[in-house]
Amino acid sequence: MPHESAVHEPAHHEHEHVFIPQHRHHFETEEQQREAGSFGMWLFLLTEIMFFGGLFFAYLLYRNWYYDAFVPASNQLNVTLGAWNTAFLITSGFFMALAVWAAEVRKKQMLVLMLVLTTVFGCAFLGVKYFEYKEKWEKHHIPGANFDISEFVHPPIDKATNKPGQKPLQVDMAQRTQIFFFLYFGMTGMHALHMIIGIGLLIWLIARAQRGDFTEGYVAPIENFGLYWHFVDIVWLFLFPLLYLINRHPLQ
Amino acid sequence: MAHEATHEHHYHDPSNITNPEHAEHHIVTPLQYGYVYVGLLIGTLLTVLAADRNFGIFNPVIALGIACTKAVIVILFFMHVKYQSGLIKMTVASGFFTFLVLITMTLSDYVSRAWGLW
Repeated sequence: MPHESAVHEPAHHEHEHVFIPQHRHHFETEEQQREAGSFGMWLFLLTEIMFFGGLFFAYLLYRNWYYDAFVPASNQLNVTLGAWNTAFLITSGFFMALAVWAAEVRKKQMLVLMLVLTTVFGCAFLGVKYFEYKEKWEKHHIPGANFDISEFVHPPIDKATNKPGQKPLQVDMAQRTQIFFFLYFGMTGMHALHMIIGIGLLIWLIARAQRGDFTEGYVAPIENFGLYWHFVDIVWLFLFPLLYLINRHPLQ
Repeated sequence: MAHEATHEHHYHDPSNITNPEHAEHHIVTPLQYGYVYVGLLIGTLLTVLAADRNFGIFNPVIALGIACTKAVIVILFFMHVKYQSGLIKMTVASGFFTFLVLITMTLSDYVSRAWGLW
């Protein structure tokens, strides 16, 4: 027996490798594996910045070209609902950040609870979005053959001032409001799709967290999903002011 | 044993190739996350209140300024970039720089094609 241990032990102590099941053999250390994972996740997020960046650029350009149409179309959106949704999304992101913390300090029940709360506030956001889309559907403000320009040609009279709430548009410019709604549905729709994918991943992560997969030192899936979820947050932090807020005081 | 204890959180690597940035793992506390959360909510309130007032051409500037500030806070703390290695910091910065190049080059094309008709 002493002879056997003398053969095996030096080989073990030569390199200070960390012996944890998730540590892949092609990484020298756990830190290196972790950094490589974060690096890969960030590269993916950079492609996402470019993807949403193209949409933001289209919005910038068309708002410049059809400013008169973008103002009344943008002011159709409900600022109160948008602000609540921003708060829901920030809250969801806060719980996601706490989930990463819970995984780091190896609190299993806390991790599961935080992931569930992240999901709940993500679903609340999508719920509000459903009612916003429903209103647009009912008012025929979805671009296409059934789009209705009447509200932009004959804006409703504002009771307080006894004048139209928005500047009435010529028919050709009123048609351009479709471009705003096209971009509105494109951008918020792609954002919502990212959230739906995220909620699917969250349900999978909750099931694995419940098994104890992420509270034994293996935090990477939680951490990298957190990066994705916060990225989706950031996209909304720009969508909210650009789509809902910046056209409330149009330039004359 | 004393030698091992001092290096508990600092990987001993004489050739310095596996962790060249000496990235040490940092755990952000719930209290810090709490401050960030409150800060983001205040930012949201500010941007809504600012949109109610007429600042002329500065309305979009203020809105985007607040949005950028909030985004930087999320990136630094919720996404832990403040505590990451130089490699990750540079990766993130290069991504936003490339995005700015996309915006600047494309915008300069559109602006210069219809000179004076913006």
